[in-house]
Amino acid sequence: MERKSTAVAGPVLEVKNLSVSFRMYDRGLEQYDLKVISNLNLDVRPGEIVAVAGSSGSGKSLLAHAVMGLLPENASVEGEISYGGKLLEQKDMERLRGKEFALVPQSVTFLDPSMKVGPQVTGPRPSRERRQRQREVFDRFHLAEAVDRLYPFQLSGGMARRVLVSTAVLSGASLILADEPTPGMDLEMALEALQCFRELADEGRAVVLITHDIDLAFQVADRVAVFYAGTTVETAPSGDFLRGPEALRHPYSKALWNALPQNGFQPVPGFQPYAKALPKGCLYAPRCPWRTEECGGEIPMRELRGGMVRCIHAT
Amino acid sequence: MRLEAKNVSFRYREHSPWILREISLSVEKGERVGLVGPSGYGKSTLLRLMGGYLKPASGEILLDGKPLPQKGVCPVQLIYQHPEKAINPRWKMKKVLEESGMFRREIMEALGIEEEWLSRYPRELSGGELQRFCVARSLFEGTQFLLADEMSTMLDVITQAQIWNLVLKEVEQRQLGLLMVTHNRALADRVCQRVVELSVETDGE
Repeated sequence: MERKSTAVAGPVLEVKNLSVSFRMYDRGLEQYDLKVISNLNLDVRPGEIVAVAGSSGSGKSLLAHAVMGLLPENASVEGEISYGGKLLEQKDMERLRGKEFALVPQSVTFLDPSMKVGPQVTGPRPSRERRQRQREVFDRFHLAEAVDRLYPFQLSGGMARRVLVSTAVLSGASLILADEPTPGMDLEMALEALQCFRELADEGRAVVLITHDIDLAFQVADRVAVFYAGTTVETAPSGDFLRGPEALRHPYSKALWNALPQNGFQPVPGFQPYAKALPKGCLYAPRCPWRTEECGGEIPMRELRGGMVRCIHAT
Repeated sequence: MRLEAKNVSFRYREHSPWILREISLSVEKGERVGLVGPSGYGKSTLLRLMGGYLKPASGEILLDGKPLPQKGVCPVQLIYQHPEKAINPRWKMKKVLEESGMFRREIMEALGIEEEWLSRYPRELSGGELQRFCVARSLFEGTQFLLADEMSTMLDVITQAQIWNLVLKEVEQRQLGLLMVTHNRALADRVCQRVVELSVETDGE
């Protein structure tokens, strides 16, 4: 797949030291704060696809929801989210989403169950051009004309996913946050969807691609950000992920590579720590082969070989 | 022993489009089979039929030459893609295991279920952790066949490798039959001895 990096300007989206906590009820009326994202960093430039990889429950979807201003009432956010160099408030997000920002949501339940998918994608009272554009995009994803008149429950998982991707392609937004756009699609279709995102980026938009299909993401993305337990542990050019574990920096990124079925299918033992009981210092330390006493201290993000890493032992 | 779909056709209602037409597929005990094919071709539907969750419009599902038992726990167990939708959200995990009679130390150890998780609600566990419970409760003594419908699609690759390695060990030890649906060819090649391509046109596409 062709990769063309046109990223030159400053970041469209910049997330700095983001933390998200949820106020939860324990027993009875007792409450506690569950910190699910801590010190998360991410930036995307125009013309760039940044893939976000990482463990299930590492805060990938929450990041997308935080940027869109879609977090529920019991969430509190610290840190900075800026768009085009301007710090965003909740009301800015509400104004910009759907126009400047588009979200491809993770769950197919985000479709309106009582609305046929064609009108749902074009929006109310579409112009003739818009209808035509919608048909072109659907055609590209092999969604036949009859599909326009189906309700979401009549679609298969993969078809619903393609409908969701179509909305972002049609939106004209300059920042696209795609949250797991490919599961349920067969390989050919998944590559088509990713190619679509590549083209959107090449037109100068910025794309954040959250995915578990990392082997596919490496093919189209410019950079990869690796999340673990709610924080960024590494950002690297995606070429490093194609080259293999020697080119990667963080031990968790290496472990991801080694666990791919085509590479070794070798899982590292252990679990991601639960947000209620995070270890002090490095969050990966309990599973890490390089762990030393110093890992219990604060671990800053630092530059290394053209990428960023949150590990004191990485070389 | 063999689990068999024999000339199975399925559609939701009369006159609605066919989802599966005249499909035959069989899995032997101790065999690991992958089912691949484009989305919308009825892979999940076929698994639901073979697990006894749907009735075919024509054709038969046979286990050891007989229809699936209507009473008691089914020896064919289906594991879904979204564990959070397959577990009662208001039960603590211990109760989930107890209900299926699988609150047993050796199962928990085999699947890497931590003691501490048992006192939590489903929303307090990650997808990978929940999926271990779904696997655990499907592995009771009478289980002969496991059907896995994109069991690891929503999991990160490390958790995917963890779960599959555990499942493969159990499948090997007990000589279970496995039928898995995936879009990941590399995963199918890793896990299965044989891969079947489902390629019947449906009217929906």
